[in-house]
Amino acid sequence: MSVTLRVMNLTKSYGKLVAVDNISFSATQGDIVGFLGPNGAGKSTTMKMITGYVTPNSGTAYIDGYDILEQPIDAKRIFGYLPEGAPGYPDMSVKSYLDFIAVVRGLSSLVRAHRIQAVVEQLHLQTVLTKRIETLSKGYQRRLGLAQALIHDPRVLILDEPTDGLDPNQKREVRNLIASLAHDKVIIISTHMLEEVQALCNRVVMIAGGKLILDTTPEELLQQNGAVDAITALEDIFAKCQ
Amino acid sequence: MSIISTILKRELRSYFLTPIAYVFIVVFLLLNGICTFYFGDFWGRAQADLVSFFSFHPWIYAIFIPAISMRLWAEERKTGSIEILFTLPITITQAILGKFLAGLVFISVALVLTMPMWILVNYLGKPDNGVIAVCYLGSLLMASCFLAIGAAVSALTKNQVIAFVLSLLLCLLVNLLGFPVVIDQLRLFMPNIVIDTLRNLSFLTNFDTMSRGIIELRSIVYFITLTAFFLFANAVFIENKRAD
Repeated sequence: MSVTLRVMNLTKSYGKLVAVDNISFSATQGDIVGFLGPNGAGKSTTMKMITGYVTPNSGTAYIDGYDILEQPIDAKRIFGYLPEGAPGYPDMSVKSYLDFIAVVRGLSSLVRAHRIQAVVEQLHLQTVLTKRIETLSKGYQRRLGLAQALIHDPRVLILDEPTDGLDPNQKREVRNLIASLAHDKVIIISTHMLEEVQALCNRVVMIAGGKLILDTTPEELLQQNGAVDAITALEDIFAKCQ
Repeated sequence: MSIISTILKRELRSYFLTPIAYVFIVVFLLLNGICTFYFGDFWGRAQADLVSFFSFHPWIYAIFIPAISMRLWAEERKTGSIEILFTLPITITQAILGKFLAGLVFISVALVLTMPMWILVNYLGKPDNGVIAVCYLGSLLMASCFLAIGAAVSALTKNQVIAFVLSLLLCLLVNLLGFPVVIDQLRLFMPNIVIDTLRNLSFLTNFDTMSRGIIELRSIVYFITLTAFFLFANAVFIENKRAD
């Protein structure tokens, strides 16, 4: 059965400030959704609500049919999540951290060894396996964050700026990796890099000031705006939101 | 259960990965030694019991346990690892129990290392080992209560120093409510019924009965209830912060 993600009327306000205002969108298997917006638009807050870390004031998200508010454990089993900054436990080694996540995720010891090896290879972490997380460079920390999100081969991937802090080569590799995983998953990546959307995504959801302003495909974006490429079209829309 | 034990193991390893754990244990043992032999006048009393050892535990714990509990949640919040923890398929109860039990195992290790005191009094004389066993039980119950207070306070802040100072104050307060000097001062302007209630709520009073070797159900229920209460408070603090 194909996997789905539905975000329904998510709203979050802090005092008088409405950080996320009634956002809805949905995605199905094979989708790579580029979740776009200027800094401070509410991207991270939305992702924190979808993953159940922040409780919304109203609305909810359904992950493969499980309501994140009503059935949080079932819903959390389905997705892998890379938060902003990819924070791990600073005093743990890469190996023991991945092992910890895999055990909590309920992988049996056989599957665990296999999966850890797989993500370590996918993200080129072989050389830092025994290093403590606090000693890793930002690029490695980011890739470790991705590795922990992928460890249970999740059907839904929620990645908050996955290529942030990576050098151009690593960016390309991570994008290729994400693209190669997409066929049986729903993937949402937040970004403010327009070229990432064009390179990777088949859907664009844009928010500004907490509101949804665009939910389309890169192709439609081109047709509607008459621009030469998706980047230019998005740049125009971005400029209007500022 | 396996999730609780996985979290417990991770926390425990995190204590022992840094030298802090060893420093804490050495300081704890030193404090115990100084209090027992110097302030408690262990030799002068010339009695084969551990009264002078256990009677300082409420005070030693009030300093030692906040230092252990301060990092439990404050550190997760500071590094942001709490976000990954609570987007894993675990319940808040599992996370709280895992962390609390890790702290308790750590304290138990420190307490077991005071066994030479017990060997010493058995070598010197014929103590009532039943009383000593009850004392150890009472001490551990009291420690778990201090730990639950510290863990709850740690959930309130990102800053470990603030967590330490606040827990220290709270722990001293629950001790002082039963301290004779304080009680006498309070008696000047408070009715007896309030004084008695406060004194019954003090750790000193409740530990005192157990440290005389008396297993009083009331004191056991008191420590367990209070531990459960603060673990619940811990959950409420975490939930409230998460709503933000």
